[in-house]
Amino acid sequence: MTTSNAPAEGALITAADFAGGGPHGDDPDIRGKFGIFGGRYVPEALIPALDEVARTYEEAKRDPEFLREFDHLLRTYAGRPTTLTDVPRFSEQAGGARIVLKREDLTHTGAHKINNVIGQALLTKRLGKTRVIAETGAGQHGVATATAAALLGLECVIYMGAVDCERQALNVARMKLLGATVVPVHNGSKTLKDAINEAFRDWVTNVDHTHYLFGTVAGPHPFPEIVRDFARIIGVEARRQMLELTGRLPDAVCAAVGGGSNAIGIFHAFIGDEGVRLHGYEAAGHGLESGEHALTLTAGSVGVLHGARTYVLQDDEGQTIESHSISAGLDYPGVGPEHAWLKDSGRATYHGVTDDEAMQAFSLLARTEGIIPAIESSHALAGALKLGRELGPEATILVNLSGRGDKDMGTAMKYFNL
Amino acid sequence: MTTLASVFERARSEGRAALIGYLPAGFPTKEGGIAAATAMVEAGCDVIEIGLPYSDPLMDGPTIQDAVHRSLSNGTRIADVLRTVEGVAATGAATLVMTYWNPIDRYGADRFARALADAGGAGTITPDLTPEEAAPWREASAGAGIDTVFLVAPSSTDERIQAVAECCTGFVYAASLMGVTGARETVSSAAESLVKRTRAHTELPVCVGLGVGTGAQAAEVAGYADGVIVGSAFIRRLLDAPDEATGLAAVRELAAELAKGVRA
Repeated sequence: MTTSNAPAEGALITAADFAGGGPHGDDPDIRGKFGIFGGRYVPEALIPALDEVARTYEEAKRDPEFLREFDHLLRTYAGRPTTLTDVPRFSEQAGGARIVLKREDLTHTGAHKINNVIGQALLTKRLGKTRVIAETGAGQHGVATATAAALLGLECVIYMGAVDCERQALNVARMKLLGATVVPVHNGSKTLKDAINEAFRDWVTNVDHTHYLFGTVAGPHPFPEIVRDFARIIGVEARRQMLELTGRLPDAVCAAVGGGSNAIGIFHAFIGDEGVRLHGYEAAGHGLESGEHALTLTAGSVGVLHGARTYVLQDDEGQTIESHSISAGLDYPGVGPEHAWLKDSGRATYHGVTDDEAMQAFSLLARTEGIIPAIESSHALAGALKLGRELGPEATILVNLSGRGDKDMGTAMKYFNL
Repeated sequence: MTTLASVFERARSEGRAALIGYLPAGFPTKEGGIAAATAMVEAGCDVIEIGLPYSDPLMDGPTIQDAVHRSLSNGTRIADVLRTVEGVAATGAATLVMTYWNPIDRYGADRFARALADAGGAGTITPDLTPEEAAPWREASAGAGIDTVFLVAPSSTDERIQAVAECCTGFVYAASLMGVTGARETVSSAAESLVKRTRAHTELPVCVGLGVGTGAQAAEVAGYADGVIVGSAFIRRLLDAPDEATGLAAVRELAAELAKGVRA
């Protein structure tokens, strides 16, 4: 490595972290496929734009200047590295297993979404585009996108399902304050999946000056790869920090899975560590039998949604079934193709956590540790409680606390009658 | 079954472009959809595209979204789509199914291709299936003897146009503009150059869709393309009509205007 290519002193992330071809052979192939999953099922009109994004990203991730800028913003703007926190009082409810939280809730804007957004906003500049659009469910990706757009002087339009606008009114106000235009989407189920449809319609119309700043590891190639790589910092840091804190790797890593970006972000650095179990927790809503859930990986089937082959909640004729979760961020009937691949390969396992289980974990973490988690992250916490009892007191479990719960106070007030 | 090849041959012999009309199955009702398509054929449509209603139509504008939503609310299933194809094919028009990929994928490519051929369908248009992912469908369609139509767009490079055209049988669908379906005030100027670029890569007819809705626009497009595709404008007539009879009359009137246009 030449001096000019050397990472900045103590860089959070280096070119090696973007080099791909990891121990699990975990980059998609030339068509954007993870095994049979992924690919591009989009109108031909978008193919040149996707090619342009892919090409520009390939160059950017090899460009030390781009990586330095990304690193600089992660450090001085997003507030990285985020710390690990031991939660002994919470862990008592997990059969004594040691639970350690990766505190993405402490980042600027309060969720892991900021990592991907900073990376893609820099990419937007590099693409020479002046406008970003994004979809949002809980509003966290919308807020993060509006934030990065404000920082870098980009025009910003956020598509958000009308139902989500209502249940996440605070985030709508935040986005507006940050200078973004929020467009409520009244089509279909009026939630995240319909916001994605509408964002694609905007993109195909305005693609010459607009970048679609996709918020999760789903969608057509190269989005699953790009979003993963920008979220990968979570696991890269956490792996290093776990070794420092405990002297060894965790027995298991737990994360909530909606589209799957926070989960891929923390899983990815551990994929080559055979002894580390990877557990994803999907929203079981009112339970599998109720039919009101977002159990895409655990109860869905293979299909195509939003441009990628993956697991989908669909009926026998391929119509998307509306998902349900108390957490808007997990309320999505699809999932990133790499998770589909990790599931089928057996490297990661996926489970359901009901609304009630998640809300109990939400409240427990608040009362025992003084941390109010996002309801999304509470699914991973609930999963870790169950897993701890299963693995026993010798086990160490790393949980991605992907976001903070301030945005969820309205839901919590209703749920707990506060 | 009337084939696309025979339709374009006839149009060519008459020195005109072909007229292609689109309606989603099950709209305005299951029977009403067949009646409307029949009226379109009687008034001059050579080809009918029957849309397979899908829950997430990400390349469709508000008009088609609205119609598709109503169709799905009416309980339209694939069996109804095939029944509609059967009814429309009986008029003698070449009948295609336009569908997003997932419903076919779920139904089974071979099974869908055979069922469509059995219903008298001439082929499919699959707007979100790109050459890279098209192999299973091309194989199934070839086996069932039906055509496969794919789309090129103004943003397509010559290399992409070549790749798409190689996957097409019947005709190549040229999307006139960068955007979603829906009638526009003017037809995009990008359409003509796209048709020209496409012709450099294929002997197949090239048809233009997206944004065409009047006789004058049809005449303009017919000046450089082999076929003119109209969807949202038909649907708009049905959505705006106070009752089914009025809607049918309006659809018939529009088809006649467009048919005159492609002959101008």
